[in-house]
Amino acid sequence: MPKTDLVIRVAGEAGEGVLSTGQLLVQGAARAGYRVLTDFSPPAEIKGGYSLFQLRIGSQQFHSRGDELDLLLAFNQEAYDMSIGELREGGLLIYDPAQAKPPASTNRVQQYAVPMSEIARTQLKFELGKNVVAVGVLAALFGMPEEYLQKLLQQRFGGRGQDILGKNLAALQAGLDYVREHITSSPDFNPDLFAVERGTPDAHRIVVSGNQAVSLGALAAGVGFFAGYPITPASDIMEFLAGELPKVGGTVVQAEDEIASINMVLGASFAGKRAMTSTSGPGVSLMVEALGLGAMAELPCVLVDAQRAGPSTGMPTRHEQGDLWLAVYGGHGEIQRIVIAPTSVEDCFYQIQNAFNLADKYQMPAILLHDTVLAVRTESIPRPDPNRIPRIERLAFTPPNGNGQVPPHEGYFLRYALNESGISPMSSPGQAGGQYVATGLEHNEDGRPRYDPETKRDMTEKRMRKFAAVPNDAPEAEYWGDQSAEVGIITWGSSAGPVQEAIRLAEAEGIKVAGMAPKLLWPVAHQQIEPFLRGKREVLVAEVNYTGQYAQILNAHFGRTFGRINVYAGEAFRVREILAAIRKMAAAGVR
Amino acid sequence: MAEPITLTRTVDDYKSDEKPTWCPGCGDFGVLNALYNAMREKNYDPKDVVLVSGIGCSSRLPFFVSTYGFHGVHGRAMPIATGVKLARPELNVLVMGGDGDAFAIGGGHFMHAARRNLNVTYVIMDNQTYGLTKGQASPTAQTGYVTKASPKGTLEAPVNPLLLAMACGASFVARGFSGQPKDLAQLMLAGIEHSGLAIIDVYSPCPTFNKVNTFKTYREEVAPLPADHDRSNFDASLRIAASTEPRYLGVLYQREGPSYDQLLEERKSGTPADLPKLMDSLFERFS
Repeated sequence: MPKTDLVIRVAGEAGEGVLSTGQLLVQGAARAGYRVLTDFSPPAEIKGGYSLFQLRIGSQQFHSRGDELDLLLAFNQEAYDMSIGELREGGLLIYDPAQAKPPASTNRVQQYAVPMSEIARTQLKFELGKNVVAVGVLAALFGMPEEYLQKLLQQRFGGRGQDILGKNLAALQAGLDYVREHITSSPDFNPDLFAVERGTPDAHRIVVSGNQAVSLGALAAGVGFFAGYPITPASDIMEFLAGELPKVGGTVVQAEDEIASINMVLGASFAGKRAMTSTSGPGVSLMVEALGLGAMAELPCVLVDAQRAGPSTGMPTRHEQGDLWLAVYGGHGEIQRIVIAPTSVEDCFYQIQNAFNLADKYQMPAILLHDTVLAVRTESIPRPDPNRIPRIERLAFTPPNGNGQVPPHEGYFLRYALNESGISPMSSPGQAGGQYVATGLEHNEDGRPRYDPETKRDMTEKRMRKFAAVPNDAPEAEYWGDQSAEVGIITWGSSAGPVQEAIRLAEAEGIKVAGMAPKLLWPVAHQQIEPFLRGKREVLVAEVNYTGQYAQILNAHFGRTFGRINVYAGEAFRVREILAAIRKMAAAGVR
Repeated sequence: MAEPITLTRTVDDYKSDEKPTWCPGCGDFGVLNALYNAMREKNYDPKDVVLVSGIGCSSRLPFFVSTYGFHGVHGRAMPIATGVKLARPELNVLVMGGDGDAFAIGGGHFMHAARRNLNVTYVIMDNQTYGLTKGQASPTAQTGYVTKASPKGTLEAPVNPLLLAMACGASFVARGFSGQPKDLAQLMLAGIEHSGLAIIDVYSPCPTFNKVNTFKTYREEVAPLPADHDRSNFDASLRIAASTEPRYLGVLYQREGPSYDQLLEERKSGTPADLPKLMDSLFERFS
């Protein structure tokens, strides 16, 4: 009986084909109807060092990369050493004997030497084809129909001449043949252990990374201006938009640094365009002064923070949810800003649009708290719907006398008019009678710098008043499990995946547990969290950081102490870590 | 309903009713007046102009003008102006700030602004001091300049703004003097008309804190360009820009060519109306 999911890891030296092997397999599998979800963990350098690509394939939607491997393909010794501990009992190891010399097989796992680099070099006279040989090897092991891979190769190399296409097709065949001849035909080999169900090929699914989903969502939101500076793992977003945004009349600038980037964004926003930048933690640190300017001048802008492990330079290609406090509190003085975190690759497409909408409606910066796991993960998702989230426009200015003619000396348009909502109509250059000077100084209703106590009080209350209303427009949260349970887990960002899977497994064990992931992290989505807390004797907050940043925010907001599950080793949660915590929480209530 | 009339504006049309926060005798008044006159010459509609500034006495200028303005944070006027202009290339954008904003904290951006060659005019009110924070040395202060923060005199060499700009690829560099507001207005016009970044370093004395570089000393030190100076000659212009005795006034160097915003416009292959089509083709690409 075929399995419903299979976890495959390809590991080796960075720059030697781990990524290309994985990507080819992912694309082929998705075309063949498998649901796919990946994880990619390279070192920070371009060449050298241990790199892994993990894909999970099957017939259902996944939310985590899988705690254990079913199939490990190790190109070299380091890959073997680093990954063998995660290969499950009864799992299959394929290694390239030219570089990896594992000890003699125990009965824990099955292992086979497949001389992929030798085949490529000697048999095919095509050293670079090693990766395609590896793809053939894996495809034969789990029974993927090869025509999807052949078609993919034809699409990729067809235009480059028969020779190169022929070499790649031969490499694929060599991998398939070797396995069929030496492994799967053997009576010891049990194909059921590795055969996995696939869904029906669905033309309405796409395979994208989280960064691509953010970029596609930004386009759908009508972004008109992007400025950014390269940084791992966010550079893809700038590069994608550099190619696409000019096709819809937009502009992309690679600025000289992050400070220039965010200030360009503010300028473009002042001029009326939806504007964004994307960066990682070190870049956000540089940008906080400008966030304050955006909040004080009441300018919308969107900042995507693809979090990585910190502090400081940290681990550029590793995962952490360590920037929440930076996003929420970063910057001197009391800055109003919105923080939204997507929970999955698909969710990236929608939450970036919510970020633009809320930034525009509330006229303040919005930070999309993205992360490394999502940024580099490719996943097959339903084709996104660009029309699902209607666009919210900025509150429009109307000329004071209604006829567009306003003498410059009188009745300056009150850009920061005090009113009940705190949201004032906004003009942009070119609109007669809408002139004002945006400034970071405290200012009166028409924007002029003022220092008197009354102005300071009124304007502070105005900005805080509009900020306090943001939860009214909070994007829908995600909920799992039984909401009437006595115990619960709250999480955010990509940790939602492992939490969701752990809850499902707990329920299969008969444990009643509730889970939720708000998308709006700041201001606190109290209307969503309050009901969740009712009737719960214990609630844990699961996040990949040491200090429990969201837990502490919730502690302060609700005046109760939330439990915590934290991991901080540069990787996502294992599902079993959360399951263990759920079991403990549930058991604690049993007398 | 009356027909719209094409107004010929006066200087008053560009004045806001916010009283300047400058000391009596401040050089920035001359710059402000030159700006009013330059805009009047162009008959700009104030709604189509954006003045961008940073932090400093001179950066308060946008508040005294009836156009749109953006008083940003210290050193970041050029990036902000870049965002404004690229978002809306049809707007008339001028950057107004001081020597600290431009060459200290803004130094990195100044370099890249010169490289980028965006079609805006950058007027730097250079008083060789930090007025708003009460008199510390700026990057253009001469070596040995005595202040409370440098009681034994500064040790650093002063930066030469126009040499710096030329080294970074600037296409228009000029020097003006607040004590010659008519000429300054003409320089501003030349800058506005130039396609690309026009950098105008303006000696604009601070009577309150800089007792060394005053209207009197500048009057003695400045001189018009030599009659035979060819502003298209890079080498000759470098020497003119480097000279401190005299300090030459005028357009020192100019190179024609398309501006950054112009080139980016040419690279746009569609409009926002093309978005649904683009989304479809991108989804196809990823399936």
